[in-house]
Amino acid sequence: MTEPGKVLATFSVNGEPHEVAFAPHKTLLEVLREELNLTGTKHGCELGECGACTVQVDGTPVLSCLLLAVDAVGKQVRTVEGLARGPELDELQHTFADLGAAQCGYCTPGILMAADALLRDNQRPSRDEIKQCLAGNLCRCTGYLKIFEAVELAAARRRGEDAQPSKESIHGAR
Amino acid sequence: MVLDDPTSRPAPAGKARTDAPWRHDARPDELKHIGKPIRKVDARSKVSGLTKFADDLVLPRMLHMKLLRSTMAHAEIVHIDTRRAAALPGVKGILTGKDMPIPFGILPVSQDEHALCPDRVRFVGDPVVAIAATEEEIAWEACRLVEVEYRELRTIGGIHEAAANPEPRLHDYGVRGNIHRLENLEFGDLQDGFARAEHVREDTFFFEGNTHLPMEQHATLAHFDKDGKLCVWSSTQTPHYLHKALARVLHPLPAHHIRVIACPNGGGFGGKSDPFNHEIAAAKMSMLTGRPVKIALTREEVFWCHRGRHPVLMRSKVGVTRTGRITALDFQSYLDGGAYGSYGTASTFYTGALQTVTYAVENYHFRGARFFTNKAPCGPKRGHGTPQPRFALEVQLDKIACDLGLDPAQMRLDNLAPRDSLTANFLRIGSMGLGACIEKVVAGSGWKERRGKLGRQPNGRYRGLGLACSSYLSGAGLPIYWNGMPHSGVQLKLDRSGLVTAFCGSTDIGQGSDSVLGWIIGEVLGIDPLGIRVVTGDTDLTPVDLGSYSSRVTVMTGNAAMQAAERARDLVADGVAQKLGVPASRLVFADARVFDSEDPKRGMTWQEAVCAAEARLGTIGTVGSYAPPPAAAKFRGGGVGPSPSYSYSAAVVEVEVDAETGVYTVPKVWMAHDIGRALNAAVAMGQIEGSVYMGLGEAMMEEMAYRDRSHKGQRIFVHKIPSLLEYKSPTTLEMPAVVTYVVEDPDRNGPFGAKEVGQGPLLPMMPAVANAVFDAVGVRVDEIPVSFEKVFAALQAKQDGKEPRYGPATDASGVPEVDFGDSLKIKTPWQGGDGTAWNEPKREKKAAK
Amino acid sequence: MLRLPSFTYHRPKTAAEAVRLASEHGKAAMYVAGGTDLYPNMKRRHQTPSQVISLQDVPGLHAVEVQPDGRVAIGAMVRLATLERHPHLLRHHPAFAHAVREISTPLLRNMGTIGGNLLLDTRCTYYDQSHEWRESIDFCMKKDGAICWVAPGSPRCWAVQSSDTVPVVCALEAEVELVGTAGPRTIPAAELYRDDGIQYLTKRPEELLTRLWLPAPGAWKASYVKLRRRDTFDFPVLGVGACLWFDGDGVVRKANVRLGGAGSYAIPAVETEKLLVGNELTDEVIAAAGAAAMKPARTMDNTDLDVYWRRKVAPVYVARALAACR
Ligand SMILES: Cc1cc2nc3c(=O)[nH]c(=O)nc-3n(C[C@H](O)[C@H](O)[C@H](O)COP(=O)(O)OP(=O)(O)OC[C@H]3O[C@@H](n4cnc5c(N)ncnc54)[C@H](O)[C@@H]3O)c2cc1C
Ligand code: SF4
Ligand code: FES
Ligand code: FES
Repeated sequence: MTEPGKVLATFSVNGEPHEVAFAPHKTLLEVLREELNLTGTKHGCELGECGACTVQVDGTPVLSCLLLAVDAVGKQVRTVEGLARGPELDELQHTFADLGAAQCGYCTPGILMAADALLRDNQRPSRDEIKQCLAGNLCRCTGYLKIFEAVELAAARRRGEDAQPSKESIHGAR
Repeated sequence: MVLDDPTSRPAPAGKARTDAPWRHDARPDELKHIGKPIRKVDARSKVSGLTKFADDLVLPRMLHMKLLRSTMAHAEIVHIDTRRAAALPGVKGILTGKDMPIPFGILPVSQDEHALCPDRVRFVGDPVVAIAATEEEIAWEACRLVEVEYRELRTIGGIHEAAANPEPRLHDYGVRGNIHRLENLEFGDLQDGFARAEHVREDTFFFEGNTHLPMEQHATLAHFDKDGKLCVWSSTQTPHYLHKALARVLHPLPAHHIRVIACPNGGGFGGKSDPFNHEIAAAKMSMLTGRPVKIALTREEVFWCHRGRHPVLMRSKVGVTRTGRITALDFQSYLDGGAYGSYGTASTFYTGALQTVTYAVENYHFRGARFFTNKAPCGPKRGHGTPQPRFALEVQLDKIACDLGLDPAQMRLDNLAPRDSLTANFLRIGSMGLGACIEKVVAGSGWKERRGKLGRQPNGRYRGLGLACSSYLSGAGLPIYWNGMPHSGVQLKLDRSGLVTAFCGSTDIGQGSDSVLGWIIGEVLGIDPLGIRVVTGDTDLTPVDLGSYSSRVTVMTGNAAMQAAERARDLVADGVAQKLGVPASRLVFADARVFDSEDPKRGMTWQEAVCAAEARLGTIGTVGSYAPPPAAAKFRGGGVGPSPSYSYSAAVVEVEVDAETGVYTVPKVWMAHDIGRALNAAVAMGQIEGSVYMGLGEAMMEEMAYRDRSHKGQRIFVHKIPSLLEYKSPTTLEMPAVVTYVVEDPDRNGPFGAKEVGQGPLLPMMPAVANAVFDAVGVRVDEIPVSFEKVFAALQAKQDGKEPRYGPATDASGVPEVDFGDSLKIKTPWQGGDGTAWNEPKREKKAAK
Repeated sequence: MLRLPSFTYHRPKTAAEAVRLASEHGKAAMYVAGGTDLYPNMKRRHQTPSQVISLQDVPGLHAVEVQPDGRVAIGAMVRLATLERHPHLLRHHPAFAHAVREISTPLLRNMGTIGGNLLLDTRCTYYDQSHEWRESIDFCMKKDGAICWVAPGSPRCWAVQSSDTVPVVCALEAEVELVGTAGPRTIPAAELYRDDGIQYLTKRPEELLTRLWLPAPGAWKASYVKLRRRDTFDFPVLGVGACLWFDGDGVVRKANVRLGGAGSYAIPAVETEKLLVGNELTDEVIAAAGAAAMKPARTMDNTDLDVYWRRKVAPVYVARALAACR
């Protein structure tokens, strides 16, 4: 039983242990942003209606606004801050940057975490599978197309292919 | 006064210039960075979660603020009792309306808002009390302990209600009753125009309001420090105007003690362009408590901030020749403004301004009325005031093409407004690529072969194609408050390390304005754009840029940046020329080197060049500024519409309709946009695709619906669906495949010929969807959104042998009766008009104090 | 940011302990499974339990077990994402798996459970709003208020049954296992629900849902058709669950058609069922059966999409659900 007072717990976030004290009704979103200062994880509704707060818990993308922080104790939490390998960006981050798949960038962390999990399970996702995978993440800027293209390009690069964006996706149709 | 009017700018000393001032005629192969798909300067931080949005900021001892908002749609505040709230442990400060009595508003003519309502609430969500506490939860609980006694007033629920009920007035300014604005402009001879018409149509349309729905919820952090200086970080698109509003309301705090820092915006689309109650209240609260104060709005509160698309009822009478040439257009618009003025005056004019820049309109009469109602205030959303009339016009043209048996695409091509011309309402068109746009989408979509022939598919559904066009401005020709200063300023500082820092008041809302600075400066100086440091949106550090609205940044900031960079190049050239002993005119700036064009080995690195210049001239810094060329329109009201240039778009939309239910999908869109020149190909594509997306949402589903119920004398009138789940916006699954054509018709007023791209391509989506539904199943929905229910209702009407249409009444009863008074009469350019009015009708409006 | 009210959090290690805690705290306690329904509700102050009892550590609720007799036992805590991909269910219970896949979004299905879905709170656009919003209408009968805004003259609440699986599960004549203070009991799933927007469940508050039993494959075919505005996120404004039993010649021997999103429980379309039994599924039979479907429905203006339209097009969707059983 966890009383309303604060609990002290050790979290594994992006592979590092963090000791934090927080009240049991705090969501993972609140603890990440407000206790650990990991503000890369965003929020647009806090009700499960946008996907901006998506993080991975034991590899599964979930909504941190609807998950109690205490329930993430003992599990591996991964946020957007944990995507890059040291100074080197992940393939997904590269392709998102190159194609302009992040416009305002507010939905981006959540989308990256959902897409990263997809690419781990599915090395060659179809356009339709990408759409389905990201059907819980809203983006108001991009119209999603650059996002789909960036995921496809990153998938190819993760497979080791020397893939480049199509001319049409950068310069438009002729 | 106009600074840097491109027509009068002298060529800089040294190399004689043969190119036009903003190098619109540069060949693509002459450009190193411009037009290339380079990353945005902030791309790495954005994909790493490192971009700091306003709500990501934290200061020591920071308090959290919440607003108690009105639960009544329209009421007088009788009494506010905050004693129980004040007693709650953790509460540190409480503000009410009397603490900030000075009104504010974005436009000088409508200073009608208060940071907290002092005596009257005008919509559910109007803020009444602000409470700051050590925790956000405590502030929320404390708000629940405040008792507000209201005296209910009659609710004014919409356009017809406002027109019919002058009392109670929402505001004691405006034209009369609940009419905020009335405009009545007549260009040319309407009678003659209609007399010469071979076909006349009158139609009524309605465009329901919708909102920006940025993914980021507005947030503000304010800190009044111990030196008596205030700093406000906010998710705002217009730090300069927020600065002005703060200085006004927080009087006597001097303006130069106030610093506004615009954080990167998590989406704006116009929704963060007004100074907001919560921003001002947070600043005041910090002054009251002596501690930093943060407020982060909930999604519902973002709906209360609104300032989105006005609901507009429109009646359009158009006369055309047999070939579809518009001889006369008589257009009326009725805007539901919501509770406050906001940008509404400009919005009203915009519903009449841009009808003339796509197709030639020989004679034009525009009447516009804006009403105050008890809804969240409307304002500028992507396309500001122009999507509604564009929807009406493009659907009406589609009907006319049908009436006349013409191909809607060809009819438009035959009647394009000419490039380098003045329109009936004195807008100066420069480059004009609409023809090319139409040709692209017509060819791509197989329009000629497929339109009207798709019909029933093997799955039992019906496919159809619809076409529509549009135009949008590249920045408003006039600033929001009258002044002679530049619209945009850029300062450059050149460091001995070779670093170039650009300072500019512009604000990146995701559109990439920070990067535009980098690309242009990098191009002019021949250095890597990503190596340039860009400092923006900070009123203490950066010269004023008016803000990220009206698609003005690329052109205005871009031109200012170009001037600053060219001046820097001249200074550096001077230093290098002296050191190398070659004439400055022979120097080339490229690949981070400065060298002799006749002997490329003779030269130095960029860093050495900067040092050479500093040694010769002292500290190196330059400025650039820009104001648009003077407008040709000189009549009252002519300030809204003029722009340095106009972008053009054409779209073909394919729909698939389930005729049994009215449910439809949009499988594919072809969109061509004349951007002048794409400064960055990939980023321009992103703006176009994003516009298609947002336009699709408006066309299909987005609306600011209100709950209007009465029970035992109690009327509830409140936004029906203020949430991300129930305010429907398209997801990955609704987004169609898009074939995008970037059409480049460089304009001499834009940097390297660039025009706007952020808003224009949204506009044709709504009419194109409606036209496509008609092509598929032969029914007209003259109302946005074209929802499934409306398609179904129109199909039922068709089945029952009635007019196959859904929309407001087609006769005059569809719009309210309003006396617009006498029109302001202006001769068109082809009548020999000079842009002034030749009569002086009586005016009845009075500005708010 | 919308935040949860504070509470004491329990993670009992057995079903018995969970039930004991729940009965001890009575109204102050609520179970939580995936939390995707409860936590949004708590943030909007629809429910404010001071004791939240998580079922994640309760053993025996996390498995999908295919019984020798072909029936399938699904533990209440099994995630929706697991069910939508489960090979046995995809093969033998495609209608059920399809209904699961139609729920909310992939992210929410990674969190939400089948137990939570079966017990999902009823919905209403006057109710699924923040506390502040509901203040502006003086609340409503379902929570904190006196009247029902949907039907102000009515003594009851008309909030809408909105789970996607419930219509299918009821049509299938699946069963649910409940554990209370007196031990376990198994009842037909359809008996779990009542026609009331507030008291929409027949089970006692402390009773724990432990298992859903899907019937063994046989001479029946089922389908689920969902109507909503967008193909993701959105709750059903109509969810047709149909299950038809056939005799050897393709004649319908028995028919269950349940309408979700059309009232406070998954309403049996009795007229439709009558028109089906004894007939083959010809186009004419399907059309007539579809047309009769909405008679018992209680469609009200408290969901997305226009109420008149929802009634008008419902027969089309019912017909499509029936056609899918061919
Ligand atoms: C944006 C959004 C969209 C959604 N769309 C849909 C949709 O389209 N279709 C749909 O069906 N649902 C939808 N949902 C609702 C919800 O996500 C799912 O119904 C989910 O399956 C609920 O499961 P849960 O485990 O998260 O429930 P919880 O929130 O944990 O619980 C729900 C209720 O059941 C009770 N409960 C849970 N498990 C048990 C048990 N074993 N014994 C006794 N009581 C129990 C809880 O006390 C609570 O009252 C949506 C939710 C959101 C936020
Ligand atoms: S149906 Fe009536 S009582 Fe029930 S939630 Fe809706 S408004 Fe409230
Ligand atoms: S914040 Fe919107 S889903 Fe979590
Ligand atoms: S990039 Fe702005 S919301 Fe997706």
